[in-house]
This record gives sequence, C-alpha cells and structure tokens, in this order.
Amino acid sequence: MKPVATTRSASGTPTGRLAVWWVIASEIVIFGGLLGSYIMHRLGHPEFGDYASHTNTWIGAFNTLVLLTSSLTAVLAHQAAENKDGEKAFQLLMCTIGGALTFVMVKSVEWTIEITSGFTITTNAFWSFYYTAAGLHALHVIAGAIIMAFVAVDARQGKELQRVELVGIYWHFVDVVWIFLFPLLYIAK
Amino acid sequence: MATHNKTKKQSVKSPKSKKGHEHGPAEHGHGGHGEHGHTDYITIWKYLVMLLVASVVGPMFGIKVVTLLTAFGIAVVKAYLVIKHFMHLPVERKFVAYFVGTALIFMFLFYAGVSGDVMNHTGRNWSNVAAKQETERALKYIQEHPHGHHGDAEDETSSDH
Repeated sequence: MKPVATTRSASGTPTGRLAVWWVIASEIVIFGGLLGSYIMHRLGHPEFGDYASHTNTWIGAFNTLVLLTSSLTAVLAHQAAENKDGEKAFQLLMCTIGGALTFVMVKSVEWTIEITSGFTITTNAFWSFYYTAAGLHALHVIAGAIIMAFVAVDARQGKELQRVELVGIYWHFVDVVWIFLFPLLYIAK
Repeated sequence: MATHNKTKKQSVKSPKSKKGHEHGPAEHGHGGHGEHGHTDYITIWKYLVMLLVASVVGPMFGIKVVTLLTAFGIAVVKAYLVIKHFMHLPVERKFVAYFVGTALIFMFLFYAGVSGDVMNHTGRNWSNVAAKQETERALKYIQEHPHGHHGDAEDETSSDH
C-alpha cells in the first residue's frame, strides 16, 4: 500500500520529484552558505592562496572527471528507466555508484597524504574550510550512493522506475556543488 | 534519428507533457521531458570534459583574469549545462525554478550582508585585531619561506579563525 502523497499531486509535478527539488533548494542554502563564507574569508585573507597551493589540482581534476562521468551514467539510467528497461537502469546506476566509490577512495588517499603532511582540519582557517566543505560534500556523495543502491535494486525488478530520475536529480546537484568546489579549493591558489 | 529527435523535442515542449499528465504524476512522474536522444547526453558530457580541461589549463598561464574566467566562468557554464541538460530544470513547472532561485537569492543576500564584516579587518568603529594580526603573521611567514614546507605545516598553524 503506497503513501497517499505518491498517489496524487496538487502541484501538477509528481510529489517525489517536487520533494527532491525541495531538498535541493535547502541544500543550496547549506552549501551556498558554506562556500559563501569560504569566499569571504578567502578574499579577506590573502595568505589562503599560499595555503591552497598544497592541494593537489590533478587529484581534484580527476575527481571532477569522475563525478561528471557519473552524472552521465545517472542520466542515461534515467533514460533507460523511461524506456522501462529496468536491467539497463540498474547497470547504469551501478556505474554511477562505482563513480561515487572511486571519488571517495581518491579523496581518502588525498586526505591521507595531506594529513600525514601535517595539514589537518585545525592547521589554519583555510584547511578548516577545506575539510569541512569537501567532507560535507563527500558525505552527500556517500548518502547518494547508498540511496541509489536501493533504487537500483528496485529498478532491476522493474519496480518504482520513476525513482531513478529522482535520485539522478539529487546526484546531478552533488556534481554541481563539486563543479564549484573544485575551482575554489584547487584552482584559486 | 533526426526525425526521431525532432519528435522527442516536440513532445518535450508540449504543454501536456510539461504537466506530466500523460502517465499520471504519481505513478510515472516524468512530465514528458525524459525523451532525449542518446547522443545528446554524451555530447554534453564531452563539452563538460573539454571545459574541465580548459579550467585546469587556463590558470597555468598565471594571468589573473584568465584564471578567473577559466576557473570560475567555466564553472558557471558547466553548472548551467548540467542543470539544463541533465537535471532538466527548464522542463519542470516554473515554480520549481522559482523556489530553487529563491534559495540562491538568499545565499547572495547572506553574502551581501556578512561580507563587509568578514572581508574587511577594520570598519567605522571597529577593528578585527586578531584577523589582522593573523594575516600579517601568515604573510610574513610566507615571505620568509617562499617555497613552502610540506613537513612544517605546524609552523603555519593558527589559532585564529
């Protein structure tokens, strides 16, 4: 038996999709506030540019490529779901999850290098922002991957195929956040 | 394929598909906007990758304006491509874009309201002594150690945030 909200819509937009956009609007405030704060401090503290020189641009660029590719597989999964091809949607969502895992593993290696070099979250304000922003983003990547796994399992059985699009919209937002994080933390130095 | 794409584009723009009544909003919920050619997504991805390369290469020239344009200007373009072609925001009902845009406006309002106190270290009747001292200390350290020391990060440690 489905919840009432999934059987009707007052706005003309499917309830699940509207809910995802609400989540994204609230996440914009969260990440926007954090990135806005970082930009303010970055502009007020010119020494941040020197601190940022210790981030690895190539690792950041590789992670950006990984997330862009995972966005591609997520939207192709949506396309497969629209064609009622649950198996293909499942495979493409698995590729997206693979991208998420790659991203998190690369970030783990990167942070290990930085922490063992002495750059921790308490080193200075730049590194506080760096670990907070990238860490919050990584948490969203992990949460998205977990939810995506549940959606993928259902999609393989041909159930709730509309959720493929919903988790895809969330995933693209996570990608957009990284699109802005990358130049702020890895390029502006 | 071109004809098929035209048909798909027409179905994307039709009012009926916009409201998503074809399949029932609760059951299917696609709003008719998902019918895009397979090539489109891969082409967009290629553009995104090319823009990524440009954003990495641009700052290597060391010219501030070029860095700003390639790093941040390209970020805006990439975000636009993802929002338009992957998230399909233009095909949603207008009010969705409005409340997402409202969240963005609040973000800019926050920046406008707070930035004066954070970016400046002195004001009309105030002075952020700690921030000023920290910036002076850090810049002096950087001047004395121009190449940086990976293992001496503790020298750069600051208690002031």
